Amino acid sequence: MPRVAFTRNLQRHVACPPCAVIGGTVRESLDAALALYPKLRGYVLDEHGALRFHMAIYVDGVPIMDRQGLSDAVPETSEVFVMQALSGG
Amino acid sequence: MSDQLLVSTRKGLFSARRQGKGAWVLEGVSFLGDNVSLTMQDPRDGAWYAALDHGHFGAKLQRSRDRGATWEEIGVPAYPTPPEGHVEKDFLGREIPWRLIRFWCLTPGLPSQPGLLWAGTLPGGLFWSEDHGDTWNLVEALWHHPARRKWAGGGADAPGIHSICVDPRDGNRVAVAVSSGGVWITPDLGKTWTAHTEGMRADYAPPELVSAPESQDPHRMVQCPSAPDTWWLQHHNGIFRSTDNAMSWIEIVDVKPSVFGFPVVVHPKDPDTAWFVPAIKDERRIPAEGKVVVNRTRDGGRTFETLHRGLPQSWSYDLVYRHALDLDTSGKRLAFGSTTGSVWISENSGDDWLTLTEHLPPVHAVTFV
Repeated sequence: MPRVAFTRNLQRHVACPPCAVIGGTVRESLDAALALYPKLRGYVLDEHGALRFHMAIYVDGVPIMDRQGLSDAVPETSEVFVMQALSGG
Repeated sequence: MSDQLLVSTRKGLFSARRQGKGAWVLEGVSFLGDNVSLTMQDPRDGAWYAALDHGHFGAKLQRSRDRGATWEEIGVPAYPTPPEGHVEKDFLGREIPWRLIRFWCLTPGLPSQPGLLWAGTLPGGLFWSEDHGDTWNLVEALWHHPARRKWAGGGADAPGIHSICVDPRDGNRVAVAVSSGGVWITPDLGKTWTAHTEGMRADYAPPELVSAPESQDPHRMVQCPSAPDTWWLQHHNGIFRSTDNAMSWIEIVDVKPSVFGFPVVVHPKDPDTAWFVPAIKDERRIPAEGKVVVNRTRDGGRTFETLHRGLPQSWSYDLVYRHALDLDTSGKRLAFGSTTGSVWISENSGDDWLTLTEHLPPVHAVTFV
């Protein structure tokens, strides 16, 4: 099962320890994790389900490319890491 | 009279309390390190609302029912999904996202409308809640109004609603002021909207658009609670007043040291008394001659007194944002905060000022509670 982990900076607002989920894409994996932490959804995604402008998601260390649809594939043993982009320095 | 002041800053929500005549002290902070754009107290039930702008993580709303001892995160407005392939641009060709950027105004409904709240936001959406902010609905008629596409960003990149006035005689009549997009009023709880900018002048606009409703850039608009036909408006272009319920506006000219500024407050019982914090326009946006002053009129704008006792009168470059001047319900106590983290309080209608602090983060808003 893929594992979804969130940056420490999010823990200050919503408790969200790493979790194992079922999902073959970033969207499926993230939705599964956000079902565990529903308050977290608005911190990571905007109201249309797209990744917030200043957020980033990595799958096994590779940034995802589809920030709107979150269709990037997530292999069975992958780690999805959600963090804030280092925009602004 | 209010003995407590909330100061919304770039790095937290600070609370100051009166300890005795002329003595105020900072006593606490919520959301330390977070960007608090504004705070509102609902006079109907005493609840506090704080709007946060987390930057990376988006705009959030917090509510406290115990005067700040504890807070709970509540719902935020959602913009609708634009039609497939729709890319909206303002009249200068810049993209306007259909996405909540920031809260810019929170206003309660009337006592006869319990639970009703209004929220003005960037990029120009007006929202209302019937359940104390738990859930929000877009005011569709204003968002889809053809003229809304002519709004543009003023101080911010996107247009925003910063002032909401609910008519104390009729809660269905609601006015909003938009920077930059004029003044719009609904008589029917948001179903229909018309511009109310007759008499306003935007001398920064192309000649053909000087009087156009959407050219007007109100910085802050207030309605006198006890004489609601009287309105005051600090405009990018100067000071305007209406005495016919915002049907028309009269420009107040020759105000020293400047007619430019952002905030305005009106006395709750005396519609002829209002306060402003002048600054030099346009791009400089600093106090004239490095002196922090407050302008007060007590005769409907015919004359102004420039109040300065207790305020720094040299080498001071404090700018005061549109929500960073407040007046308590007695009309006696005033407070304002600046972009350089200073906060001043007056207990005698602005005649004398005391310095609460000069060391806070940049101040977005002050609110007596």
